[in-house]
Amino acid sequence: MEKDLTLKVNGKSRTVRVDPATPLLYVLRNKLQLNGPKYGCGIEVCGACMVLMDGQAMPSCRIPVGEMAGRTIITLEGITRPNGELHPVQRAFVQEQAAQCGYCLNGMVVAAVALLETNKKPDDETIRAGMDRNLCRCGTHTRILKAVKRAADEA
Amino acid sequence: MKGTTYNPQFSRRKFISSLGCLTIGFSLFRPAWAEADNVLLEDTLPGSLRREPRLDAWLEILADGRVRVLTGKMELGQGIRTAIAQVAADELDLNLDQVEVHLVETGRTPNEGYTAGSGSMENSAMSVRYAAAYARQKLLDLAAQRWKTEPGQLLMANGKISQKGKKQTLTFAQLLDGTQLKDEVKLPIKLKSPDTYRYVGKAIPRTDIEQMVRAEAIYVQDLRLPGMVHARVVRPPAYRSQLQSFDEKAFAEKVPGLLKTVINGSFLAVVASDEYQAIQAREVALKHALWSGSPIVLPEGENLDTYIRKLPARSQKVKEQGTLNDLDQADGKTLKASYFKPYQMHGSIGPSCGVALYKEGTLHVWSHSQGIYPFRDALAKMLGLDAEKVHITGVPGSGCYGHNGADDAATDAALVAMAMPGTPVRLQWMRDDEHAWEPYGSAMCMDVEARLDEAGKISHWRYAVWSDSHSSRPGGNPGNLLASWYLSKPFVPPATGYFGGGFRNSEPYYNIPNQRIDAHAFEGPLRVSSLRSLGAYANIFAVESFMDELAVKAQKDPIEFRLAHSTDERAIAVIQKLQEMIKNEKTDKNEGIGVAFARYKNVASYCAVAAKVAVDKNSGAVKVLHMWAALDAGEVINLDGIINQTEGCLIQAASWTLKEEVQFDTQQVSTRDWLSYPILRYSEVPTVEVAVISRPELPPLGAGEAGVVPTAAAIVNAIYRANGKRIRHLPIDAKEITG
Repeated sequence: MEKDLTLKVNGKSRTVRVDPATPLLYVLRNKLQLNGPKYGCGIEVCGACMVLMDGQAMPSCRIPVGEMAGRTIITLEGITRPNGELHPVQRAFVQEQAAQCGYCLNGMVVAAVALLETNKKPDDETIRAGMDRNLCRCGTHTRILKAVKRAADEA
Repeated sequence: MKGTTYNPQFSRRKFISSLGCLTIGFSLFRPAWAEADNVLLEDTLPGSLRREPRLDAWLEILADGRVRVLTGKMELGQGIRTAIAQVAADELDLNLDQVEVHLVETGRTPNEGYTAGSGSMENSAMSVRYAAAYARQKLLDLAAQRWKTEPGQLLMANGKISQKGKKQTLTFAQLLDGTQLKDEVKLPIKLKSPDTYRYVGKAIPRTDIEQMVRAEAIYVQDLRLPGMVHARVVRPPAYRSQLQSFDEKAFAEKVPGLLKTVINGSFLAVVASDEYQAIQAREVALKHALWSGSPIVLPEGENLDTYIRKLPARSQKVKEQGTLNDLDQADGKTLKASYFKPYQMHGSIGPSCGVALYKEGTLHVWSHSQGIYPFRDALAKMLGLDAEKVHITGVPGSGCYGHNGADDAATDAALVAMAMPGTPVRLQWMRDDEHAWEPYGSAMCMDVEARLDEAGKISHWRYAVWSDSHSSRPGGNPGNLLASWYLSKPFVPPATGYFGGGFRNSEPYYNIPNQRIDAHAFEGPLRVSSLRSLGAYANIFAVESFMDELAVKAQKDPIEFRLAHSTDERAIAVIQKLQEMIKNEKTDKNEGIGVAFARYKNVASYCAVAAKVAVDKNSGAVKVLHMWAALDAGEVINLDGIINQTEGCLIQAASWTLKEEVQFDTQQVSTRDWLSYPILRYSEVPTVEVAVISRPELPPLGAGEAGVVPTAAAIVNAIYRANGKRIRHLPIDAKEITG
């Protein structure tokens, strides 16, 4: 049954009419026209759909949108500063050319931003652990690790 | 794509490469006559340009003075747009931001077949280079006429033409005054000398990565057309199952928001305006559809290695040289081994997606297919439409690494769109659609036997490989589109796909006097097609593992053993470069370093790979700690692009080697998600290091695949060095390490 739900996404209040059982991912992509979160596996094991939920990197492919009341959601779009300036993690991904196809990049940036919020200067092992939920098939892992390190160093 | 990327008609360049005067390292190699004139005159045009010689097929001069390059290739995450822009910018003296690249689109760009086989630089980029160089000559001629002077008195810089010593300038657009260059490209063409390049050969950053981090709409998955609806396909439980009944009415009652059910024979798809409703509809439909069991029973529980060897096979002799009469002698100088590689998947992170709209008699499709034109031809035939009535635009998707579900998902979308004229349809596969229905890289078996002579060199070599086809790409044949099998008027997949990929790199790239290579083509239980490097990965796994086994038998250092059998100086150069990269690397107890080498397809890029592993004897766990690659891909177009591709090759192939195996029961594929088919995660990926030997005067050979080829052998050879266990069966099984 559809309902009007109000979500806090990228700093704005957004009201959408939707079945509350709908996973957040489809609401973000289709109702709010956001491209960041991507469908990858549907069972929270690849990370392509990650968003920041109250600052934590969380998959959005399963969690019902009805459970989002009162939570702050930030997508890759919202990680870019309102003036269009890139977040240090985004900038580091560009500088390190840390992508091939880029389909997983959304989750990678989201996971890295969340990691650096809790640990400003993570060592290699901590970065690997922090990114371990995110799959990449192109094999750009080592570039992404360098990008996260660079973002930590430059922040 | 059939055949090799090597174009023997690059005769002068071939001549250069055969001179054998070689500069090792990172310096420029230039023949003497190039110095004299600062230009190279080439005597044949690249293949794509011969087929489509008109300048305006490749280049459009835009009103603002910029240039649009039209390529028949697809962006797969390899950065082709940047590489092609670099080539065009250098020949036309443009700034890089004055060039935009339009990806393959039917009726709009040249038809360049598939974006595959690491051939895009050699074909498309070289066609663009020659077209741009010819356009440069034409533009200078036109300006000379306008100013009543000689082309030699003109300068071209930053997209503008001027006369020496005068201030007046003209952009290309001002010069052409709204027209385009329509001449046919003809020889002779003056190409820029590599030492004048501003962009080619350098690590030019890709501009699309900033678009990615800004979450711009760049993937086919991100397309949103006005009024677009969402569809999902409902696949049968097995390849050959048929839809026996489907209670459409009862189904529709249970599904909120259902717009349409499309049933054509055993093809079943559901449509809703809301994507999640379409996904739910698919779940419900799976329960409502009654399918026949598969008449084909898959060989579950059997040892696949044994099973595929027993299948009926078409056999062919790949090579015979000298005689193997003296191979079998009971004198302890011979060695024999068998190797196996399972079915493995492309495993794109983003399930395939297609968007389609049937409007006013024309079907428009947006797809991330690697072969937009061949797909168009197959799709038109399947639907009974004229090819001109099917318009397909290439839009990037998730990385594919070969023929994955891209064409099939777009076919599914097209079938739904044909049933809903005027409505744009987006159909994305679910994760299990991709895992269970994509065409896999074939399982393969390899037998090798060789003999050493008194000096410890290989005198005899016998090799046999068993493989299914390595291409069932659309190729204009509707039977290669998955959905076509299920239509009420079904198409049958062609019995024999391209088998050549099965024995790719089956001939060792070493000097061995007596050789016999045989290939046996079977039709195996699973759907198969092109996966990055085709059979080369498995053949080099066998060849280079066996080279290591022979080196041990001959009591030689594995690198020296390879060098002693190598005659091609470029091969020797990459092996020596690798040797230098690892020479100071130390290993602890239970660690080892292994090496392997291949020249991809035996005519393309040279790559030597080393892996350092740590082995846990108790658990059998293998961790690849570090990998190195030395690569010679001929002329470098984008240095960072080549390095990025090669790093990715090492990590992806390490994942195949350590973890990956498609599994199935008697009816269907059972590895349908990332839990049952795991790939390497961050905690497991090695650090990687790539060195590139640049050869600006030689043809570019492509770098999209070369790095995967030696990787399995490098890893298993490292395991042998770490604990003496010889792995001949992939993926690596912990039990074989502890056993």
